[in-house]
Amino acid sequence: MKAPERTVAFTLWGLAALALLLAWPSSRTASAQAAASPGRSSPTGSRTARVEGLAAWEQIYSVLTHPRCINCHTATNYPQQGDDRHRHFANVVRGAEGKGVAALQCVSCHQEANADSTGVPGARGWHLAPLSMKWQDSNDRILSSGLVCREVTDRSKNHDLDGPRLLEHHTEEPLVLWAFQPGRGIDGRPRTPPPLTHDEFVAATRQWVDAGTPCPPIK
Amino acid sequence: METYKLIVNGRPMEVTTDPGTPLLWVLREELKMTGTKYGCGIAACGACTVHLGGVPTRSCVVPISLVRGRPVVTIEGICRDPVGRVVQDAWVSHDVVQCGYCQSGQIMSAVALLKAIPRPTDADIEQSMGGNLCRCATYVRIREAIKIAAGQLK
Repeated sequence: MKAPERTVAFTLWGLAALALLLAWPSSRTASAQAAASPGRSSPTGSRTARVEGLAAWEQIYSVLTHPRCINCHTATNYPQQGDDRHRHFANVVRGAEGKGVAALQCVSCHQEANADSTGVPGARGWHLAPLSMKWQDSNDRILSSGLVCREVTDRSKNHDLDGPRLLEHHTEEPLVLWAFQPGRGIDGRPRTPPPLTHDEFVAATRQWVDAGTPCPPIK
Repeated sequence: METYKLIVNGRPMEVTTDPGTPLLWVLREELKMTGTKYGCGIAACGACTVHLGGVPTRSCVVPISLVRGRPVVTIEGICRDPVGRVVQDAWVSHDVVQCGYCQSGQIMSAVALLKAIPRPTDADIEQSMGGNLCRCATYVRIREAIKIAAGQLK
């Protein structure tokens, strides 16, 4: 290589190296932000996404802790019933798999659809949530928002559901869907639905998942 | 009114009734099979227990529209089941029954228990049979009869 050519080559290499040095910190920051908050590219955007995600979580929490949901997310040996969350009548117990016991199973009464003529709620696969997904303490007190959020997002407790699969669960799971179409009670009156519609619940879940499933602090 | 095809104790049957009619009333009023009893009507006592698709079921709260082709076995047909036969024999030999009103439900639940747990512990029996009430309080004899039946099952 002749001297002028060498000079041009060094200059080009130098410019390329300088460009890389300048670009590296900003690209690293951008990728970190993208990982923390998909779709956001600035620290302000990331903070906003987290705030919006936490607000969405509180909407989700208001549904999860509604009697239609939490009555089967107990920490005890029995499910609950009614808006007052009283113990399920007829000596119903959890059983080894949350489906009742041999001669008294959940599906001994709860069929694949609501039985409005007899007041028994139903959906496919009626069962109690596992104890790992309890949202109450052993005295039937509802856990705080921060604790429930951690139970829901802990993949060692939630059947290994990541954010997208949690969204899928909230969108399609028959027992989740039942909560929003809970049928009529034995007195013929409609059961109280959760505070959000199912569409609103799914939208809130999507926003929370998009924000990286943030959890509020434990109080 | 709708027409429903049922298989009860292995026999095909057909009934025309309101979709909300509980299976219990179809059995008792339409099919005149009165071995299954009406106790509370709200699934609290277990007197109306039948097997629906092999699952012990409170027939007083299951509308006929939700039976959906699953075979029904009642107290009238349980003697044709090997476990059912053994349980009924144990009930007779141990003289379990007092007034008898709840006993068809008790036997249907006991058969379901022994099919799932052939050697039940006292705790298994108490949990599984805890939803079947007996106003004569024959609970001790029920538990003994279940143990006798379990001992006779291979």
